[in-house]
Amino acid sequence: MEDEKVIEIRGLKKSFNGKAVLEDVNLDVRKGENVVVLGKSGTGKSVTIKCIAGLLQPDGGSLKVFGEEVTELDEDALKALRCRMGFLFQGAALYDSMTVRENLEFPLKRVLQIKDKEEIRQRCEEVLEAVGLTDAIDKMPSDLSGGMRKRMGLARTLIVRPEIILYDEPTTGLDTITSREISELILEMQKKYKTSSVIITHDIPCAKLTADRVLIMNEGKYIAEGTYEELEKSEDEFIRSFFK
Amino acid sequence: MPNQMPFADKLSKIGEQAYFFRSFFRNIFKRGFEWEELFRQCYIIGFRSTGICALTGFILGIVLTIQSAPTLKDFGAESYIPGMVSVSIVREIGPVIIALICAGKVASSIGAELGSMNVTEQIDAMEVSGANPVQFLVVTRVLACIFMIPLLTIFADAMALIGGYLATALSVGMSAQLYFTKAVSILDYTDVFPAVIKTLFFGFAIGFVGCYKGFTSNKGTESVGLAANSAVVTASVWVIIIDAIVVQITNSVVYN
Ligand SMILES: Nc1ncnc2c1ncn2[C@@H]1O[C@H](COP(=O)(O)OP(=O)(O)OP(=O)(O)O)[C@@H](O)[C@H]1O
Ligand SMILES: [Mg+2]
Repeated sequence: MEDEKVIEIRGLKKSFNGKAVLEDVNLDVRKGENVVVLGKSGTGKSVTIKCIAGLLQPDGGSLKVFGEEVTELDEDALKALRCRMGFLFQGAALYDSMTVRENLEFPLKRVLQIKDKEEIRQRCEEVLEAVGLTDAIDKMPSDLSGGMRKRMGLARTLIVRPEIILYDEPTTGLDTITSREISELILEMQKKYKTSSVIITHDIPCAKLTADRVLIMNEGKYIAEGTYEELEKSEDEFIRSFFK
Repeated sequence: MPNQMPFADKLSKIGEQAYFFRSFFRNIFKRGFEWEELFRQCYIIGFRSTGICALTGFILGIVLTIQSAPTLKDFGAESYIPGMVSVSIVREIGPVIIALICAGKVASSIGAELGSMNVTEQIDAMEVSGANPVQFLVVTRVLACIFMIPLLTIFADAMALIGGYLATALSVGMSAQLYFTKAVSILDYTDVFPAVIKTLFFGFAIGFVGCYKGFTSNKGTESVGLAANSAVVTASVWVIIIDAIVVQITNSVVYN
């Protein structure tokens, strides 16, 4: 079942106050595949993945995750779906009334219902080591730097080991060395847990490293699709301009 | 386009509130009740407001006594001071003033906290992680208000009696024993019971309005301020409205 589609979007539409943001989005993600989405700021990349997570209600089109139409799920089914899905927010969205440790424990205790203290501690340490934040475990999010918050958000997403991860700009605001480490971490997650990912990024080295397939989005539509190498050598001036 | 259909707009707001209420109510009984967070909120909402409630109650007791003592003295009715202070504080002034103070202190901070969590997508993050933000954030805060506002009111009432005693002792000279015996013995369950019920509703209104305004704020930094502000205004208005309704009910049910 290598070709099983975990996300299947057809003709997705979404507008805000009469202004169309998504016009006709088509996107497939297969199991175990990393799909990178490139596009100018404000073209609706974040809106697309928020629709996938059921945070925004699309106006039209079909949106299937694990073969189920997201917009038709009831509360419990949507919750079950979300337990299998991870979402890294563009702004990290750390719970700022809790320490780093409590941030990490939150999904473990409430979503995975893990009671075993030892396992919780082990998972926290493992994931913090992966993002290089072991020392920050008892800090408050407000005491972290911008890049640390970003990595912390990533740690909180990865700790539940989801089957699908939606990354909204995982490396923005990080230095080149850390971005590379994060990109490698994304690859590692893919290998280790067979996760399928949608990665929104402006970071070309990250895209090059992680992408199995690249999509380019402009003005509410996906205008090109292919492997990194194909698109880099595209005939189209506009598409090539993303890779410079 | 916003103000083209103000009536439809109002209706959809009412619908939104009803939906929010239903989701609050259903989540009270859902599995995985957040006890720890409830206690934390009780501490934040209740304990951290004791200072201001004590001060307010104490001063109210003093002021009420100073205002009425000379008139009662003219009629030689000094012995009515304790009863008058305790009935007016317990029945009306204590609950309403404490509720209004908590509308300012508690509703605004809940509105601002949830509003900023909304703006920074923390509520969305909770939701997509598969956790239940209404259960964790709203149920705990509203219940903490329902438990704590009555306790704060009772505490402030007691402080008002102490303030009233000090002022009486200084102006007309009355023993503590006599003062408190008179103040407490005049209270009957028809004074205390409706007042406590009333404060439960005040607590609900304060917690619910704060949570609703924060939870449904727009995404933008200025909407955090707006959420806090409209939480205070709306909660205060609701306190007054509930007070008016409860007075009508107790007058027709209890005192007849
Ligand atoms: N909740 C919302 N209400 C109204 N408009 C919105 C909302 N969310 C997004 N938009 C609008 O949708 C458009 C696309 O936003 P989106 O966040 O998807 O951009 P993006 O492609 O992620 O850009 P960036 O790379 O800068 O993050 C923007 O014009 C934005 O103003
Ligand atoms: Mg974005």
